[in-house]
Amino acid sequence: MYLPDFEYFAPDSIGEACQLLSQFGAKAKLISGGTDVLVKMKNELLAPEVLVSIKNLEELKKIEYVPGKGVVIGARAKHNDLVYSELLAKRYPSIPGAAKQMAHNQIRNSGTVGGNIVNAVPSADLPPILIALSATVHIVGAKGSRSLALEDVFTGPNTTCLAPDEIITEVIIPDQKMTGSTYMKFGLRAAGALAVAGVAAAVWVENGVMKDARIVMSAVGPTPMRAKKAEDFLKGKKITDELLAEAGKKAAEECKPIDDYRASAEYRRNLVSVFTKRSLRKAIDEGHV
Amino acid sequence: MANVLTDKEGKKRYLVSFTINGDEHQGLVKANTLFVNFIRDELDLTGTKRGCELGDCGSCTVLMEGKPVNACLLLAVEADGHSFTTIEGLATTNKLDLVQEKFIEYGAFQCGYCAPGMILSAKALLNSNPKPTEHEVREAISGNLCRCTGYVNVVKAILAASGQEVEH
Repeated sequence: MYLPDFEYFAPDSIGEACQLLSQFGAKAKLISGGTDVLVKMKNELLAPEVLVSIKNLEELKKIEYVPGKGVVIGARAKHNDLVYSELLAKRYPSIPGAAKQMAHNQIRNSGTVGGNIVNAVPSADLPPILIALSATVHIVGAKGSRSLALEDVFTGPNTTCLAPDEIITEVIIPDQKMTGSTYMKFGLRAAGALAVAGVAAAVWVENGVMKDARIVMSAVGPTPMRAKKAEDFLKGKKITDELLAEAGKKAAEECKPIDDYRASAEYRRNLVSVFTKRSLRKAIDEGHV
Repeated sequence: MANVLTDKEGKKRYLVSFTINGDEHQGLVKANTLFVNFIRDELDLTGTKRGCELGDCGSCTVLMEGKPVNACLLLAVEADGHSFTTIEGLATTNKLDLVQEKFIEYGAFQCGYCAPGMILSAKALLNSNPKPTEHEVREAISGNLCRCTGYVNVVKAILAASGQEVEH
């Protein structure tokens, strides 16, 4: 399988990358790990005349803690960089936990965090746990930069609010009160399978009471989706198994799954109900896992 | 960025240099040349197989800085500056690598097409985790598909290569 011709640039700065993207507009595509862009080009879903590679932007590979800001994950950190990050293992093991459920080892050694976000498939495994932990993204464009809640980045299947000249440079997990978080996914196989449905939950528990909860569902709507009614229902209530089961039912009502060859919408709703209950329980009992 | 040569028709070629199996290589590649095609067609390293060519099957697995990646999803121009191991790099002149020996001993081949990728995934695992559990072995080769359904013997061979007792 061969790729069509294209022009290739590997700029040495983010500014230069944004300039190139701005100059070539719709003809250009940003490439990072290549595990989505090259597959789409091979499948003839994408035929960019120009590829702008950010492989030289070493500063985008960091995973670090910045006091007052939070945990900063560079957009070019690879999935396996998350899986084996000591910092994340200490602070939010739920992020490596989600990263490890993605694809398989070879893809996790190439694919990047930023790529997983901007590819914007509804079944992406990283955004739910990141959104559950209130992640924001830093975006740099030809005309300036901005920060945005990660959940506001997605506008539909395979689409984001990013302008053609904009690049996500980092994901920031702010310091938080959440005492636990986790991501649970159901795929048709244990590896190399997209989520049929997934649920990430983050909880703030004090004295057996749910002070706050964030529930994010994947593969059951056009974008990663918050289950806000289930979240509101939980707030301030004493934690019981019945309460969590009821939150699961509410999340299942809120999600908007489709029938496709992987599963029926009805089955996906059932998965959301069960996984919401289970992921809440796990986050409550085991912390960030 | 790699040096660029532009011919009179405006086609660009990029000078890349990388290390493969301990040897320094330099080559001129087009932007759209895939690493798997470059090493097979230009360097005659045909042990690396082309399978699905979409990053699903693992036949084209090579080690990049010691980590398994799919060579079908790597632009040759992006190989610049990196160090690789392919299946040809494991054996020395007269001696196979221990993992290769164990694959033979345990009959971990049927058609053999997935074997180079399987063996490299196993090497990367054993380098970072010398005594893996069976679960860890299965996880490490989860990106390497065998369509002859030979996983059981592959797992045994890898466990045996780690020095663990395995039922033959």
